[in-house]
Amino acid sequence: MVSTAFKPTGEIFTRDQRLFPQAPTLEHFDRVINGQLIPGVNFGTFLANSLLVTLGAVAMGALFSLLAAVAVARFRFKLRSAFIMLLIVIQMVPMEAMIISIFINFRSLSEATGVQLLGNLSGLLIVYTAVSLPITILMLRGFVAAVPKELEEAAAIDGASGWTIFWRILMPLVAPGLVAASIFAFITAWNEFIVALTFLGRSTDNYTLPLTLSYYFGRFGTEWGPIMAASTLLTIPVMIFFLFVQRRMVSGLTMGAVKG
Amino acid sequence: MPRTVDKASAEPDGAVGQAPARARRPKPIPYLLIIPSVILLAVVLLWPIVQMVWYSFTSFTTRNLMPNQPGPEWNDFAHYQSLLTDPAFWSILRNTVVVCVLMVGITMVLGTLIGILLHKLPKWFSTFVAIGMMLAWSTPALSASLVFRWLFLPERGLVNVVLDRLPNWLVGDGWLQYNWFLEPLSLFSILIMVIVWQSFPFVAVSVLAGLKSIPSELYEAARMDGANAWKSFWNVTFPMLRPLFALLLVLQIIWDLRVFTQLYILANSFQNKDVYLLSYYIYQQGFSASPANYGMGSAIAVVMTVMILAVTAYYLRIMIRQGRPDDRRRQDRSSRDRRSRLHVG
Repeated sequence: MVSTAFKPTGEIFTRDQRLFPQAPTLEHFDRVINGQLIPGVNFGTFLANSLLVTLGAVAMGALFSLLAAVAVARFRFKLRSAFIMLLIVIQMVPMEAMIISIFINFRSLSEATGVQLLGNLSGLLIVYTAVSLPITILMLRGFVAAVPKELEEAAAIDGASGWTIFWRILMPLVAPGLVAASIFAFITAWNEFIVALTFLGRSTDNYTLPLTLSYYFGRFGTEWGPIMAASTLLTIPVMIFFLFVQRRMVSGLTMGAVKG
Repeated sequence: MPRTVDKASAEPDGAVGQAPARARRPKPIPYLLIIPSVILLAVVLLWPIVQMVWYSFTSFTTRNLMPNQPGPEWNDFAHYQSLLTDPAFWSILRNTVVVCVLMVGITMVLGTLIGILLHKLPKWFSTFVAIGMMLAWSTPALSASLVFRWLFLPERGLVNVVLDRLPNWLVGDGWLQYNWFLEPLSLFSILIMVIVWQSFPFVAVSVLAGLKSIPSELYEAARMDGANAWKSFWNVTFPMLRPLFALLLVLQIIWDLRVFTQLYILANSFQNKDVYLLSYYIYQQGFSASPANYGMGSAIAVVMTVMILAVTAYYLRIMIRQGRPDDRRRQDRSSRDRRSRLHVG
């Protein structure tokens, strides 16, 4: 993929396929980044849309899931089992199965409230946050549960309030887990395709990066050069994010999983 | 100080609220903590699930979405009846199960083997390989599918060109023009390749992490008893990692049944019903069919959800039972007791 991104168009369409480009070129990157795919909208807009919606969803998801994970791992309450059950069942129902209803719901929700949720990023933001919540809560639960209770109790004896315990003791110890969960949410939202496809419809101003890809593909035949260039560009942010926290991510995922 | 802690954790389960550390925390706190998540999940995901079930019992097409038209109407299980008598549905269901079993099977075996291999390799090398694999995992499904589509393009795809160059007595001829995306067998093979390529790293790395947690004494003991590699895997590794394997297996089943994007890119049209999988069928019915039939789409979705639930019931039970705060405390206490008894002895 990366190799093809640098090939000139002529070399892509030849029968004499090589693994590496003979004459590397940046023309496809140039087209992807500077080209006017849809009049008035360019790569920068798509990138900004994607970043906005992904980072927004990650931030909201981190906050909500941390709160819920603390509740599940540290407190006993009547609806605790019901809540975990809810998380697991939701995680199992396939997105394609729900998308019909979600779409119809958001439409009536926008009609009822007067806030337009379809055709712009706000609906996507809400859906992306909700979609990764079950997994991130269950992951974080393992981390919160792993923090020795004795630490909190010692702090409580020293007179620390609930909030101080949360910020001073729990937060630093759960941070790696929070990072891991955020990565998970990041990848999920960043790569998401079907909800964006459905929700944004014809509102091209708001397209996210994955949708841009499908644009090079279909309309006027498949343009492999730009597709590969765009795919490469699309993977870069994920890779950067990923390499950054790779080690923590691995132990984080497994830990959350094993602890359940 | 340890005595105080012991006393707190030794409280009977019913009286947790009276333990000194929690006396200051009133009961509503856990509910306040989960409320944002519950509201969000209920509105975005839970309500649609309920609705999806309802829609599946009604005739609901684009017509019912027009302003002056009646809403969905109850249709006496018509969707389920037509689904169950529809040969296309059964063949799609069969394809889905077969493809999913293959994906999950290959992913698990390959992932486990590579996980074990990584465990044997020197540390710097295994880290290097692990990072490389993680990149495959973090590649967006869309890009990965596009790459595979390009590799197998007729006339100019790398695979076709290479197969064409190979001597004819080895692979036969006519590969250059071969279109992989028309026949279910070849299309599904590519689909399985994409999915396995993207999902085995997760299994491999999880297995590696699991292997690191097994004490090496166990393997030494097995070797002294004369076990070969195969036996020590089945008698040491597998039992030790059983919970991990169960979890990975179920996660893979859930994820692989849900495959949509990859197929959407590879098949590139809704023309050929032979290459549908269930999730693809749902989308086609709900959005691409004319008129879009939401009721039918929902009915397929319900069937699929019930299938996933049935397959994963085991996982669900474990997840709910695991990690309850009071269970943990009981475990802690018993291990502490054991330790103190050891000291006394």
